[in-house]
Amino acid sequence: METQILLGDEAVALAAVHAGIGGAYAYPGTPSTEILEYLVPRAAAGGFTAHWCVNEKTAYEQALGMSMLGARALVAMKHVGLNVAMDPFVNSALVALGGGLVVAVADDPGMHSSQNEQDTRILADFARVPCLEPADPQEAYDMTREAFDLSERFGVPVVLRLVTRLCHSRAAVAPRPPRAPNPVAKAPEPQDWILLPHNARRRWRGLLDRLPEMREAAARAACNVLVPGGRAAGFGVLTAGLARHYFSAEAAGLGFRPPWLHIGMYPAPEEAIRLLAAGATRLLVIEEGYPYLERQVRGVLPHGWEVRGKESGDLPLDGELTPDLVRSALGLPPRPQVEPSSLPLPGRPPQLCKGCPHADSFEAVREALAAFPQSVVTADIGCYTLGALPPYSAIESCVCMGASVGMAKGASDAGQRPALAVIGDSTFLHSGVAPLMDALAANTPMTLLILDNGTVAMTGLQPTRLPGSRLEPLLLGMGVDREHLHVVEVAPRRPGELAALLRDELAQAGVSVIVAVRDCVELAKAERRESEKA
Amino acid sequence: MKFDLVLAGVGGQGVLSIAAILAEAARREGLAVLQGEIHGMSQRGGAVQATLRLADAPVAGSLVAHGGAEMVLGVEPVEALRCLHYLSPEGRLVTAADPHPNIPDYPPLEAVLAAVRAVPGAVLVGAADLARRAGSGRAANVVMVGAASAFLPLPAATVEACLVDGFAAKGERVVEANRRAFALGRAAVGAAAP
Repeated sequence: METQILLGDEAVALAAVHAGIGGAYAYPGTPSTEILEYLVPRAAAGGFTAHWCVNEKTAYEQALGMSMLGARALVAMKHVGLNVAMDPFVNSALVALGGGLVVAVADDPGMHSSQNEQDTRILADFARVPCLEPADPQEAYDMTREAFDLSERFGVPVVLRLVTRLCHSRAAVAPRPPRAPNPVAKAPEPQDWILLPHNARRRWRGLLDRLPEMREAAARAACNVLVPGGRAAGFGVLTAGLARHYFSAEAAGLGFRPPWLHIGMYPAPEEAIRLLAAGATRLLVIEEGYPYLERQVRGVLPHGWEVRGKESGDLPLDGELTPDLVRSALGLPPRPQVEPSSLPLPGRPPQLCKGCPHADSFEAVREALAAFPQSVVTADIGCYTLGALPPYSAIESCVCMGASVGMAKGASDAGQRPALAVIGDSTFLHSGVAPLMDALAANTPMTLLILDNGTVAMTGLQPTRLPGSRLEPLLLGMGVDREHLHVVEVAPRRPGELAALLRDELAQAGVSVIVAVRDCVELAKAERRESEKA
Repeated sequence: MKFDLVLAGVGGQGVLSIAAILAEAARREGLAVLQGEIHGMSQRGGAVQATLRLADAPVAGSLVAHGGAEMVLGVEPVEALRCLHYLSPEGRLVTAADPHPNIPDYPPLEAVLAAVRAVPGAVLVGAADLARRAGSGRAANVVMVGAASAFLPLPAATVEACLVDGFAAKGERVVEANRRAFALGRAAVGAAAP
C-alpha cells in the first residue's frame, strides 16, 4: 500500500480503520483531536461509526458496548479525559471483552494545551492492562494495529499512550492491508459482564492471573529492544517513547554505544531490565512524563545499583523531553549555537480572536461585578479561559471540565456572594449539568453564565452535542426558575445589556442562569466558506 | 545531508501552511521528512513554532536540538529572535521585517531589527510590502518561502509547484498572488543568496 504523510494522530486513526473497527468515539481535546477529525468524514464510506461524544466517559461506554457485541472499537481522548472516563476504563478490564477495545490517550508533557502533565502509563498499570507507547507516526500505526490484536488476545482494553510531539508530528507512514471487521456477536456469557461482587471477584482474579502472560507478551514484543553496548561502557540506557530518538541522535556524541534497552510495551519486561543492568554499573532512564520506569527499575534491580533519571535530577521532573536535556543527561556539553539576542523578548500568549463573543461577555462580567464590593468568578476549560488574561482578567479559576459550576456552589456555601460560574456550552454539556443539579437541589445563591458560541471552538470547531436552542428546555426541565433563566444574544461591543442582567441576577437569592448566545467568529467564517463552496 | 528548519510566527500568519508546503516539496524530492507542529491554544494570536527536518536518510523525533537548525525562518521578527537558540552557528536566519505588535510591550522596531542584523548572515525581508505588491496582503508567509528557497536544499520549481497545488482549492486568483509572492520573495534575497 502507498506510503502517506500522516500526523501521529492520523496514523492511529488510519490503523484503526485498517484494524476493522466498527466504531470510534471521542470528546475533542488537544493533542488527541485529530484522531476523530480524521475518522468522522470517512465513516460513512468506510462502513464504520465515528462520533463525537458529550464527554470521555460516554465515549468510552459506547466503545465498550460495541466491544460487547464483538466489534472492534477505538476511544480517543487527551490525558485528563481519561480521568473523566476512569470509571468505565478501570472496570472494563474486568469484563470479558469481545471485540478489541483500544484506548488512545494523548498526554501533554510541557502542558502546551493542558492543565497538568499526568502520565497515562501509570493509569494503564493501575487498571492492570497493557500499554503501548509509539515513538513516531509509523509506530503509531503499527502499534494501533497490534493493540487491537492484544486486546482480543487478553480480553482487556489496551492503552495507546501518545504524547503531543508524536500526535502533532507528520511523517511518512507505510500502511498494511486492511483486516475485515469482526462479525457482530453478543458476548456469550452475560455473567462475565455483570460486575456484581461475586462475578467481579472471579473476573478480578482472572485478570491478575493473566498478568504474567501480558508480561511475557511484552518481553517478546518486537518494540522492546535490547541493544548490547559496543564495549564496557560502565552505564546502560533505558528509553521509552520519543526518548529513543533523542538518545539515538545524541549518543553519536559519546564516541561509544552504551548497552540500551528501549521499551515500547508495558508491563515493562523485568528480565530485559536485569539483562541491561548486567552489562553496566549505572543505568540512565530516559522517559517522557513521570519517572515511571525509573521507579520500576529501582524495584527490579538489587539494592546498590545506581539508577539515574528524573528522580536523581539528571533530567527534570517537569516539562517535556528535548534533545538538549537528553544530551546533558548523557554528560555531553551543549552544542555551539548562535548567541541569543540580548534584546529582552516579551511573551506572546494566545488571545481571544478579534470579534470574539467571549470578549463582550467578559466586558459585561467586569461591568456587572463592579457593583459588588466582593465576588468570586469560577470558570472552566475552553477559549474563554483566556478571560484570565489582560485586558479582561475576569475569571478566578480554571481547574477541570465543569468545575466552575460546583466550585461556584461551594464558594456560595462558604458565604461568598455573589458567586458566578462561567462555562462554555460544550463544557456545560460535558460536565456542568450534574453540578447544576446539586445547586438547584439546594437552591444555592449563584449565577451560571453559559457562553453559547455554538461550537467546540478551542479544538477546531467540533459540533456541540446539543444545539443551543435545546439549552433552554434542558435548563427548564432541570428546574431552573423561568424568572431567572435568560437566553440573550450578546450584542457586539455593547455589553451593557448583559451587564445589567448579570447585576440583577447576581443579587438574587437562588440559582439563576444566563445563556449568552453569539456564534464563534471562526464558526461564522467556516460557515461562510461552506456556503461559498455550495 | 540533513536540513533542520525552525519556522516561527504568530497564530494566524500561516506558519503551519508553509511548513506543510515545504514538507510536501521535500517529499516530492525523495527526501525523508518529519514535520512538527503544535495545535490548539497557541494558535489564537500567540507565538507559533513549527519544525521541519529534512534528510536523505530517515529522520526521527520532530524536535530540533539547540544549535541544530540550518535555518530559522520567521514570518515575524520577534518570533524569529525567540527561536535563535535553535540556530547552528553555520545556520541562516531569514525573517520578515514586519512587526506583528498584538501585545502591549512589543519592543521598539529599530531594536528588533538591529537584533536580527546582529546575527551573522541574517536576511531581512519586507514581506508585507512584497505581499501587497503580489496582490494579497495575506501572502507574507509565502513571500518568506520565496526568500528561504534560495537557501533550502529544494529546487525552487518543486516548491513553487507545491504552492500552486496547495492553494489550488482557493481559486486561480489566490494561486497567482501566491506565485507572485514566492517570486518576489526569492528575488528579494537574490544578492544574499549563495
